[in-house]
Amino acid sequence: MSCLNTIFVLALAYAGVFLEGTLGGFRSLLGAQFSLLPALMVYTSLTRGIGAVALLAVCGGLWLDCLSANPLGVSVLPLFLIGFLIWRKRGLLLREQAFAQVALGLAAGALFPLGTLFLLLNLGGSPLLGWGSLWQWAVAALSGGLLTPCCFLLFERARRAFEYPALQQSSFRPDREIKRGRR
Amino acid sequence: MSKKSQYIILVLVVLLVVVLLNLPAQTAGRLRLAVGGLFVPLFGLAASTHEAVAKGGDSLVSRRELLREIQDLRASNQVLTLHLQQTTAVWRENDRLHLMLNTPPQKPWRLRMARVIVRDPAFWWRSVWIDLGSRDGVRANCAVLTADGLVGKVQIAGETRSQVLLLGDPGLRVSVNVLAATGAVNQSGILMSSSSGPRENNLVDLEYLSGANAAHPGDRVVTSGVGEVFTNGIPVGQVVDLAPRDNGLSVEGRVRLFANMGALEEVWVILP
Repeated sequence: MSCLNTIFVLALAYAGVFLEGTLGGFRSLLGAQFSLLPALMVYTSLTRGIGAVALLAVCGGLWLDCLSANPLGVSVLPLFLIGFLIWRKRGLLLREQAFAQVALGLAAGALFPLGTLFLLLNLGGSPLLGWGSLWQWAVAALSGGLLTPCCFLLFERARRAFEYPALQQSSFRPDREIKRGRR
Repeated sequence: MSKKSQYIILVLVVLLVVVLLNLPAQTAGRLRLAVGGLFVPLFGLAASTHEAVAKGGDSLVSRRELLREIQDLRASNQVLTLHLQQTTAVWRENDRLHLMLNTPPQKPWRLRMARVIVRDPAFWWRSVWIDLGSRDGVRANCAVLTADGLVGKVQIAGETRSQVLLLGDPGLRVSVNVLAATGAVNQSGILMSSSSGPRENNLVDLEYLSGANAAHPGDRVVTSGVGEVFTNGIPVGQVVDLAPRDNGLSVEGRVRLFANMGALEEVWVILP
């Protein structure tokens, strides 16, 4: 299941990046696009190993950059660092709580564009920035916050569908059995 | 997992990023196309879904509506045919004059229609991918336009798809002429990226105008043909406002683009 789960995560990242580039409705409605990769990274870093985190950062980052005008590879490092930090502290995080998932998703959604911008500016790029960028950044952070619990829910359902159900413990206790009839 | 192996993975990822960011432009472009090739099945799926939806829409349109549309198209076709006759005559006359003046005549545009398949997922660039590539004759630096005006230029030409940098992207600068109300060239300047921010899709900055013979808001802006990427005379937009710079020595302004950059679906590529 571990390998299958990583494949599911990568497949969702692949589809998510493609939808980010092709779905125009969200963009024309809000003037900004949602971002699925930070939410997926939060899920992966809380539930999978560092190998899966690195795989998602490399594949997801490269897929995003190849559809964008970003220099190839610029999204990989911020995505990986977010995943790495969460993975290191995963023992202290309440990963089952929806509130923690939303908070981590918000933080990841906000940090991912900031990290990418930081790298771009240090590489000598001149990205298009203005006051409108703040709104787009807020939408990216919010989408991260909203999509993270959805990722947990989706993968939990997938896990239930592909794994054998856990054997239910019987409530019957032999020491409480009522013996009928005469002795 | 041991602490050592965590840091090995971290170092490997950092090394990979450093290598990728330092690749020569041509290799990075090829790698970008190769990685983007993974999306070909999804592009195909999206195109077939688009066709299926269009077919479904066709069967829903009433016969009366279709007949009305055919009539409109016939009328518009007749008008365009008359315009074409007139333009052909002007074109011949222009060629004769070029011959007399011993200057190279302007070539007619070889246009090819393309569909926009992907928009840039990052909000700090303006680029799209179109479904035409080198197989269809598209090369890097081909001009891309709509019926309304210039849209951008081809940045990377893959075999079946190409990346187009749109006007307003920081990586695209276009030499333009500002036309006076009479149609004569009043000023020359350079179209830069938009300082109004990423949400103002249709506004770009116009710089390096001389302060001597100022342009006016409402003046038309067309490509100048300098630089040989864009042929001259492609409509670009209209001057919105102007402001003096450097104590009046130069003027900067903003141009509202004719093409609606927020709703690009089909574009035309000028083939070399």
